[in-house]
Amino acid sequence: MNSKKFLAGVLAAAMALSLTACGGGGQTSTPSTSTPDASTGDGSTPVAADGTITIKVGGIGPLTGSTATYGVATHYGAQVAVDEINALDSDIKLELRFEDDTGVNETGVSAYNTLKDWDVDVIYGTTTTGPCVAVAAETYADRYFQLTPSASSPDVTDGKDNVFQMCFTDPNQGLTAANYVADNNLATKVAVIYNNGDAYSTGIAQGFIAQAAERGLEVVTEQTFPADTTTDFNVQLAACRDGGAELVFMPIYYGPASLVLQQANAMGYDPQFFGGDGMDGILAIEGFDTSLAEGLMLLTPFNATAEDERTVTFVASYKALSGSDENPNQFAADGYDCMYAIYEALLNIDNLAEIAAMDPAERHTALCDALIVQFAGEYDDAGNQTAPGISVDGLTGSGMTWQANGEVSKDPMVVVVENGAYVTQ
Amino acid sequence: MSANKTGRRLSKQSLNGFINYGIVILAYLVVQLMISQGLMSNSLQSLLVPVCCYVVMAVSLNLVVGVSGELSLGHAGFMSLGAFSGIIVSVTLQSVIELAPLRLFLSMVVGAVIGGIGGVIVGVPVLRLRGDYLAIVTLAFGEIIKNIIMVLYVGVDEDGLHFATSEAALNLSEAGTAIVKGPMGAVGVVKASTFTAGILLVLLTLLIVQNMVNSRAGRAILALRDNRIAAESVGISVTKYKLMAFVTSAALAGAAGALFGLNYSSTLASRFDFNTSILILVFVVLGGLGNIRGSIIAAALLYILPEMLRNFDVSKYRMLIYAIILILVMLATNNPTIRGFFLQLRQRARERKGGQAQ
Repeated sequence: MNSKKFLAGVLAAAMALSLTACGGGGQTSTPSTSTPDASTGDGSTPVAADGTITIKVGGIGPLTGSTATYGVATHYGAQVAVDEINALDSDIKLELRFEDDTGVNETGVSAYNTLKDWDVDVIYGTTTTGPCVAVAAETYADRYFQLTPSASSPDVTDGKDNVFQMCFTDPNQGLTAANYVADNNLATKVAVIYNNGDAYSTGIAQGFIAQAAERGLEVVTEQTFPADTTTDFNVQLAACRDGGAELVFMPIYYGPASLVLQQANAMGYDPQFFGGDGMDGILAIEGFDTSLAEGLMLLTPFNATAEDERTVTFVASYKALSGSDENPNQFAADGYDCMYAIYEALLNIDNLAEIAAMDPAERHTALCDALIVQFAGEYDDAGNQTAPGISVDGLTGSGMTWQANGEVSKDPMVVVVENGAYVTQ
Repeated sequence: MSANKTGRRLSKQSLNGFINYGIVILAYLVVQLMISQGLMSNSLQSLLVPVCCYVVMAVSLNLVVGVSGELSLGHAGFMSLGAFSGIIVSVTLQSVIELAPLRLFLSMVVGAVIGGIGGVIVGVPVLRLRGDYLAIVTLAFGEIIKNIIMVLYVGVDEDGLHFATSEAALNLSEAGTAIVKGPMGAVGVVKASTFTAGILLVLLTLLIVQNMVNSRAGRAILALRDNRIAAESVGISVTKYKLMAFVTSAALAGAAGALFGLNYSSTLASRFDFNTSILILVFVVLGGLGNIRGSIIAAALLYILPEMLRNFDVSKYRMLIYAIILILVMLATNNPTIRGFFLQLRQRARERKGGQAQ
């Protein structure tokens, strides 16, 4: 009797499950992904009857896990741009689907393959460097165009003509910082504190140290810590002080940076602190005394408190979309600019309608080649540029162009914290 | 099918073993058929090799946790050793050996050897500890491996391999390449892993583990698990047999790691952290301690599940759903009513077949 009751329960549960499964299938807003045979095209050609062309942009980034803040920000930032672009009176529309990679390489590759099943045209991402290197190798082999908002290692673009970055590479950011310090005579004796368990931090620190030597800055000490969970920086700070450093360069994330500032204050050490773009967000930490950050300089591509019209509109749309009162960070701005860069490039492709009418299997290859020409410009056999690539004005820079190796060229921006707010230098 | 015919002459354990081989081979054939018919999506295809890796990891961990009865929380550490040594071997031999499968094979062999050596280094002192202490030490070992690889730089040029703790200190010549770059991990790896190689490794793992469990040594290990004092009193060497299980498990994890490392163009040391060890332990526990087939099925299903959830409306909550499913499975498999129900079903089936089987 008991087992019969139980069987009935199981069957009821199975029925309920199958019902919800049907419901889920009916409501799903994305096109069905169950037909993997891309070559047949399944009628989902992106050219509508009225001539509008819809390009499928597949985003990848961490929506869960320890780096979720960045992925969520790039997702919302890009979505704001997509909504704006689709509201324009233009034949080109974008459709964004964003997949979670939890910040892990293998999951990034799985997310990419899920997007391939969706007949994606352009890959936007990934947000973090590790998965991006893994996914870039796949897109290079499969010929998909890829634009990453924030994966900053040179390994991301190294040897791959189809991958472009919206952010500076890590060594370039270090180099830029060293140049800025030297150009503005901020200090002659500098110290570096970085996270040697993190590719981003190590990359910037190495770029900075190499360029500092070149520019005649004396690096008195290189201090490291192993993980962002480190909480005690007294040893590192004491070494900086004993070395007589006038400026401490910290290419680290804002979490540990806030602790460094607190502990430096507690030990009465007050050099000029200088950070990278990972420091962006330090003023928003709950319970952090922002007076400690007074005078802090950081390289960041985006200042959410700027008063130009575009930034103000973006910040408002971002807050409305995310439903929170928090200002967008640079990842969101990078994501926004990525969509406009892709849109700009699509506008310049002469035979876009022809490409869009192709089968999905050929479409992404043709689109990849066309977009590479738009981003990097055209080169003759001797390697001289014969036609320039696109130039994009965005939130993170104006007149942004790309080199053939995938790196972006834009002016760096340095902000100083004054009265608890960023002031652009 | 053939297993059924010869079933009468085989012991229950061997029959179980043959069914496991059968399941794996059948899965392989079905997958190959689906691929050739174009019925398999890209996302599923990309999961085939990692599934094989995690199945090997789960089965090998089951040897330690289920069969030998020691809780190990550092299994990902051995995987990491295998992955990075495998990658170094593969990149070094890139120009010498053109044939990718051969390179993969050598990488897996080296990965297994390095994993095994790691197993001996940890095992000899650690297996003198019991229970919780062993768990803590293996956990620490996994973290140590992760942190060492995070500061390790390995490069190769015509003079051979270079090891250092910073990229500048590698002193590579012009033609040299850095293979492992500390926190940036191993990048630019030429992929060599295939599903076929993965299945072969799974079959090899099953062959080793099942034969070991059903051998004299396996019975000694089981005896030690069930009653250490009684086993010792009849002259079974604790260290020898525990170490045997532990090192075999570590070597298999090393081979799986090599397969895993060569399936991606970049691998980070931070991937093989405590969470990965726990993930594998979850596969083992949900599949059933000491139950090899359970490990295979649990690893395969639970690895694919979060990826499959992407295709539904609920994709936003997929990790939450994944966690809930884990809890439900855990509750269901431990529920006496449900267990009794399946036992009854099995009994009825046996009664129906009764005449033939007995």
